[in-house]
Amino acid sequence: MLTLTINGHDHSFDGPPEMPLLWYLRDTLGYTGTKFGCGMALCGACTVHLDGTAVRSCVTPVVAAAGKHVITIEGLSPDGSHPVQRAWMTLNVAQCGYCQAGQIMQAASLLKNNPHPSDDDIEAAMSGNICRCGTYTRIRAAIKLAASEGSAA
Amino acid sequence: MNNDSLHICNESRRSFLLGFGAGSLLLAFGLPVLARAAETPRKKYGGEGTEHGLRDDPHLFVEIASDGMVTVVCIRSEMGQGVRTSVAMVVADELGADWSRVKVRQAPGDEVKYGDQDTDGSRSLRQSFAALRRAGAAARTMLEQAAAAQWGVPLSQVKAGIHEVADTKSGRKLGFGELATKAAALPAPDPNTLALKSPAEFRYIGKGKTPLIDNHDIVTGRAPYGIDMRLDGMLYAVIARPPVYGDKLASFDGSAAEKMPGVVKVMTLQSTPLPSGFQPLGGVAVIADNSWTAIKAREQLKLNWASGPNASYDSVAYRAQLDAANRKPGKLVRNDGNVDQALHGAAKRVTADYYIPHLAHATMEPPCAVARFADGKCEVWAPTQSPQDVRTELVKALGIPDANVTVNVTLLGGGFGRKSKPDYVVEAALLSRAMAKPVKLLWTREDDIVNDYFHAVSAEHFEAALDGSGKVAGWLHRTVAPSISSTFMPGIDHEQAGELNQGIVDLPFAIPNVRIENPAIDAHTRIGWFRSVYNIPHAYGIQSFVSELAAAAGRDHRDFLLELIGPDRQFDPSTQLPFTNYGEDPKLFPVDTQRMKRVIETVTAAADWDRKRPKGRGLGLAAHRSFVTYTAAVIEVEATPDGKLSIPRVDIAIDCGPQVNPERVRSQLEGAVIMGIGLALHGEVSFKNGHAEQSNFNDFLVLRMNEAPREIHVHMVAADDFSVPLSGVGEPGLPPIAPALTNAIFAATGERIRALPIRQQWVKAKHVA
Repeated sequence: MLTLTINGHDHSFDGPPEMPLLWYLRDTLGYTGTKFGCGMALCGACTVHLDGTAVRSCVTPVVAAAGKHVITIEGLSPDGSHPVQRAWMTLNVAQCGYCQAGQIMQAASLLKNNPHPSDDDIEAAMSGNICRCGTYTRIRAAIKLAASEGSAA
Repeated sequence: MNNDSLHICNESRRSFLLGFGAGSLLLAFGLPVLARAAETPRKKYGGEGTEHGLRDDPHLFVEIASDGMVTVVCIRSEMGQGVRTSVAMVVADELGADWSRVKVRQAPGDEVKYGDQDTDGSRSLRQSFAALRRAGAAARTMLEQAAAAQWGVPLSQVKAGIHEVADTKSGRKLGFGELATKAAALPAPDPNTLALKSPAEFRYIGKGKTPLIDNHDIVTGRAPYGIDMRLDGMLYAVIARPPVYGDKLASFDGSAAEKMPGVVKVMTLQSTPLPSGFQPLGGVAVIADNSWTAIKAREQLKLNWASGPNASYDSVAYRAQLDAANRKPGKLVRNDGNVDQALHGAAKRVTADYYIPHLAHATMEPPCAVARFADGKCEVWAPTQSPQDVRTELVKALGIPDANVTVNVTLLGGGFGRKSKPDYVVEAALLSRAMAKPVKLLWTREDDIVNDYFHAVSAEHFEAALDGSGKVAGWLHRTVAPSISSTFMPGIDHEQAGELNQGIVDLPFAIPNVRIENPAIDAHTRIGWFRSVYNIPHAYGIQSFVSELAAAAGRDHRDFLLELIGPDRQFDPSTQLPFTNYGEDPKLFPVDTQRMKRVIETVTAAADWDRKRPKGRGLGLAAHRSFVTYTAAVIEVEATPDGKLSIPRVDIAIDCGPQVNPERVRSQLEGAVIMGIGLALHGEVSFKNGHAEQSNFNDFLVLRMNEAPREIHVHMVAADDFSVPLSGVGEPGLPPIAPALTNAIFAATGERIRALPIRQQWVKAKHVA
């Protein structure tokens, strides 16, 4: 039995400790905003925050989150008002939208550490997140918009 | 006409009629059916030409609640093209709805009721726009009729405004919500009598100011994709499928998997005889109480496969076969003048061969579905582009009547043609029936790439004659690729008419001697539609070869291409050759060289084509007609002396007629640019011993942000003229990208890239930089 906090709620987990956090979130708890894309930390669709830092939940065992705080896309803001979420809506970034939860979580983590990233900083932080629809130019613009509109933390 | 097809039924459970409530009259077949029957038989095109045609009955598409909330029913699948937003914009505009009081509900798959629901071929708005307008206008008329009746005034005295109807004499008003129930009781007006709004009255159509209707759900993680569906008591399944197309399960040992905690069952799924079409490949399913356990348990299966007919499929050998096929004459596709004579008398003769490998769709949401089979009925929730095919295949696989199948369409995490195939939904249904419980079937990324319906590998051979003045006097093109039809029918060894129509039969060049041939080749894996389909290899070959000819003639590529297209003219290949024209009437959508030239002129001007670039920088151009739309792209490549190539900027111009949602047209083209560059740089699935050699994003590479151009400029060429018919948007951005990129690499480095992906050749290219 281990405990962790997800989106501010305490949870006890008694499944196999090596189970990836992704599947605990999705299948057990129903936080389906966090997406499966590759299972190998290659695409970033499953990105969540672990104690404030972006991690790939598909390769993060639940045991690695024991005693820690996990934030999923559902918990990033109570109502979609995080500056990154607002910027994503303003610029209509999404096409199919499937990867965007991961993109947003990655971008929020970037801006928390680097409130005014350069193009190179954005590429360095975001190139682990694949968008097959090809929304990269808008993602870049939305990160800059979020940065210009104030603290993303 | 069959009288049964006009039936009025009382359907109280649902509320598709204007206004809610029991006793709603549902006119499942409106007047258009009768109107059509009265016409003299003629060939039908566009949406009318589809199996179930189009519907414009407002009862099907518009629902108004007593609080005024308008729900638009969307019958096309949302996969990133913005169709849910765009469809609602059209209906809301004609209706006069206030956008803040509009929502969208996704229709289940039911073409008999809703008409054509296929979401492929860049057709949704192109084919539905007029019908959607009529549905919105009819609903508006019914609200006006209800208001006139309530006030006891003539219809001519009332006028619908924004979300309300006014009495023009007294000034009194009634909101849509207040009128909904009474309007609902009215029959739909004759579509021929409807007053459509003039484009000047549009508030949403063509404005590009409407945010995505699913924006908030997407950015908060609440948007429901197929993979997100959850039912009580649901089990989770993955399947070990034959690793080679046509292999069969010889034996297996599932005992280790069965012993794992959380595993509920290990069972076989019957394979479908080749060609397997839309039916599953079979294999061994592992069903567990969560996805991860199912995935881990599958790794414990001991599987023995018996080799089938494709066990020796080898991409290196197959490429040699394609090239060999192209060295001999093939089935004649088009023959103008005398190419042999022209080649013989050429001042200069140019020959080139191009190759594009298999591609995988790699939708970010892999194939998946949730099925619940109970009491002889099957209900599925699936990210599908083709709910009607899902239904047909479920009926076939389960042996239950059509009426016992319900297909719910979720959001799609990418489609690109992969989700036009219902195989994964059938798998989920078969497992649910076996387990007598709801089952969610998941394809892992490895499943997705290894067992995809692959984009066809292709070889394109060209020979051309340049005359003494550098003009093209003869053009021989041999195209050889396995056909998509090979997935559905045995004995198919040629590209089919619809495939050869994609840039080949409709070649828009003013060349006196043209011969196009299609040699035979067998398929050795599942071939399927991929965004823009055979336009990808055809455009790559044709537009690369034009660049080579321009260079051979010592001409500027743009000027040479414009001259090659020649005088302004419209032509209809169907007068002489099989030409499906993407289902559209060639009279309405002829091949139009003026439109083709205009996108080229626009994009080259925007990219400042004539400006001299510093050494190591180059522009590449390509243009193509697909889905009755014209696109042209200019890509800028920078090659540094140390061999690094980058793509600072892309310009792309489109003439797709008037745009319902220009903002989404832009996003579709931005996406096509990114996807097209990714395919050209990295896209390849190769086979060895029948097995796909790639399996995840570590070896099937797709474009990431660090390789993407920082600037993409989209240029809309068509005027905002709604008297011109709409043409396709989702796919036409893709075909010109690969040749524009390789042409740019040539301009920057002098290196010709005649085989994709470019990846392996970058090292070579850098020495020339």
